[in-house]
Amino acid sequence: MPVFEYAPAPESRAIANLKDHYKPFVNGEFVDGSGEPLKTINPATEEVLAEVGTASKSDVDTAVKAARKAYGSVWSKMPGTERAKYLFRIARLIQERSRELAVLESLDNGKPIKESRDSDVPTAAAHFFYHAGWADKLEYAGYGPNPRPLGVAGQIIPWNFPLLMLAWKIAPALATGNTVVLKPAETTPLTALVFAEICQQAELPPGVVNILPGAGDIGASLVEHGDIDKIAFTGSTEVGKAIQRQVAGTPKKLTLELGGKAANIVFDDAPLDQAIEGIVNGIFFNQGHVCCAGSRLLVQESIAEEVLEKLRYRVSTLRIGDPLDKNTDIGAINSAEQLAKIRGLVESGDAEGAQRWTSPCPVPDRGFFFAPTVFANVHQSMRIAREEIFGPVLSVLTFRTPDEAVAKANNTPYGLSAGIWTEKGSRILWMANQLRAGVVWANTFNRFDPAAPFGGYQESGFGREGGRTGLEGYLNV
Amino acid sequence: MSDRISVAKTYKLYVGGKFPRSESGRVYPVTDAKGKFLANAAHASRKDVRDAVVAARKAFPGWSAATAYNRGQVLYRVAEVLEGRRDQFVAEVSSSEGLAAKKAESIVDAAIDRWVWYAGWTDKIASVLGSANPVAGPYFSFTVPEPTGVVGVLAPQASSLLGLVEVLAPVLATGSTAVVVSSAERPLPAITLSEVLATSDVPGGVANILTGRASELGPWLASHGDVNALDPTGAAPSDRPELAREAANTVKRVLTVPEAEPDWTAAPDLTRLRRYLEAKTVWHPLGV
Repeated sequence: MPVFEYAPAPESRAIANLKDHYKPFVNGEFVDGSGEPLKTINPATEEVLAEVGTASKSDVDTAVKAARKAYGSVWSKMPGTERAKYLFRIARLIQERSRELAVLESLDNGKPIKESRDSDVPTAAAHFFYHAGWADKLEYAGYGPNPRPLGVAGQIIPWNFPLLMLAWKIAPALATGNTVVLKPAETTPLTALVFAEICQQAELPPGVVNILPGAGDIGASLVEHGDIDKIAFTGSTEVGKAIQRQVAGTPKKLTLELGGKAANIVFDDAPLDQAIEGIVNGIFFNQGHVCCAGSRLLVQESIAEEVLEKLRYRVSTLRIGDPLDKNTDIGAINSAEQLAKIRGLVESGDAEGAQRWTSPCPVPDRGFFFAPTVFANVHQSMRIAREEIFGPVLSVLTFRTPDEAVAKANNTPYGLSAGIWTEKGSRILWMANQLRAGVVWANTFNRFDPAAPFGGYQESGFGREGGRTGLEGYLNV
Repeated sequence: MSDRISVAKTYKLYVGGKFPRSESGRVYPVTDAKGKFLANAAHASRKDVRDAVVAARKAFPGWSAATAYNRGQVLYRVAEVLEGRRDQFVAEVSSSEGLAAKKAESIVDAAIDRWVWYAGWTDKIASVLGSANPVAGPYFSFTVPEPTGVVGVLAPQASSLLGLVEVLAPVLATGSTAVVVSSAERPLPAITLSEVLATSDVPGGVANILTGRASELGPWLASHGDVNALDPTGAAPSDRPELAREAANTVKRVLTVPEAEPDWTAAPDLTRLRRYLEAKTVWHPLGV
């Protein structure tokens, strides 16, 4: 079959309203942070997008004080019905500025515009809508008649879904009556600072939301700050463990959403064309920068050759390139550092004897790009089957029986997500029961909704985000 | 009356449904509240902890897969057997904790009732804590609570029976399995509870009870790679931060516990049940 050629269809970057300089947001104002300013770059071109002021340790203290004051004097006292209206306002403003946010996100992060536009930003707005409705109904959430907020929440989010992770963190925190100090990732601070503008537009009381750009040291000083009641972290398992150690022995409440190495399991009776789409979506969505990515494909041995053939063909049709082109399927890797990590793990796959196939698609010669890659003949002991790659690299293993599929799927310290592809309903439910993972997608993959709790087992972290379950992490229960 | 020599009892551990001596061969003297020698108890070692974790892991698939109805029946059976041994427990609680008989009776009754309370929760947890998720799309999405796995429990030091029941029963009710370190100075009710568990219908390995020191065994439980959650209630408050740091290496769930031992006679709530549960969300497309 021919691969259709598409004319370029770039989105205008003017929509992003990109500014030369961005500042930390503390107590309702954009302030000059006393940290060393950082330059955030467009990973697709390596050009500097903007200079961003960062926080220092003393700014962390100022922000926490502002959050504490807002908590005590305004936010915790406000009736839930009023808090709800602020969250509804924010949700609406995100929708109204959605194209601006989507373009800015694609510029700063490197993700394809079709994903930031159709997935990240609408889902972020949905999180505010969903949690707005909880603000005045918390006594019905199942945690007793008068659930209380915790106080000031310190929140640290990753670079893979900058605005969406912000929404996952801030919406439930505010709905339950907490105030927040949030640190966006070093490489993707821009949409968080536009979100700060949205807080101003919504006339949110000063100090309720504070946003401090910076590197890991600012995250660490947030974690160790003595006047913070809760830490919420999404990121690597390694950093998550360090945070859990740091919080040990303090009264701070902690939720962690960490790495994963999800098994996506395909049985021989699966609807193959749908499964192929699900496999592709599972690992190549957002360049594979997804903690719950289906990075280990487990295929029943009898159909392994057929699946691999179909998969290679389908993957070869994915277009890699300019994130702002509406036809782009795979954008840029977020940073040079991440690209190097992906390359290192792929080399280990070669060295350990897995069979590599890389899509022959043209790859831009500037920017951080990595062509979609599929490893066959992968064994459980290989690094590419055990370690999170966080890139567009799929490892394919085989199994013969459902029991073997379960044993291989669960053979990991992680437990964030899993996928099952089969036409047999009873097998789906049996598999879903057996898999030690916080989210199980059957005949679909990578579905998210604010009403559906998300989070991990084992070393993928603890606590849930979304749904009634997700409220618990921000309530004193 | 002739002077009958009573049958002296050698107290042992409870691991995998059996009553082994400590691998270390160690014992330590147990005295009553006034300091009078009562017995020697087994002094569990690091190896005993590891054996108990192996037993608990082995028992987990069966216990967690048992129907909620079945688990409720088994736990209720424990209460029945406890009731049958009420007098023995009253005597042991009375001597261990230095309580008057009347007070000891009310503690034992509360412990039995608490066990019944948790037995009744097994088949209600999922409907109270689970959910059908009204997602914005053609998908059926639901969330069910699942047991977290093997739970390491440092039982309260003061409350030798009621406190022990309050930390053990919620672990079993949720479908997790337990490795418990009993009160060090007051281990006799825990040993007798082991005999109750062994003679009720609780499968071997589901509950494992070690007599020994929380200060010695706690760190092994906290750092063990095959333990999923830790209840540090019986650890000295000064030891808890280090236990929590050890637990972080495997992202263990660590129960938040009050500094001082709480009033175990207060009405229980769902907190402990909730802490030992993971929420699993399952999605499936809708269509014809």
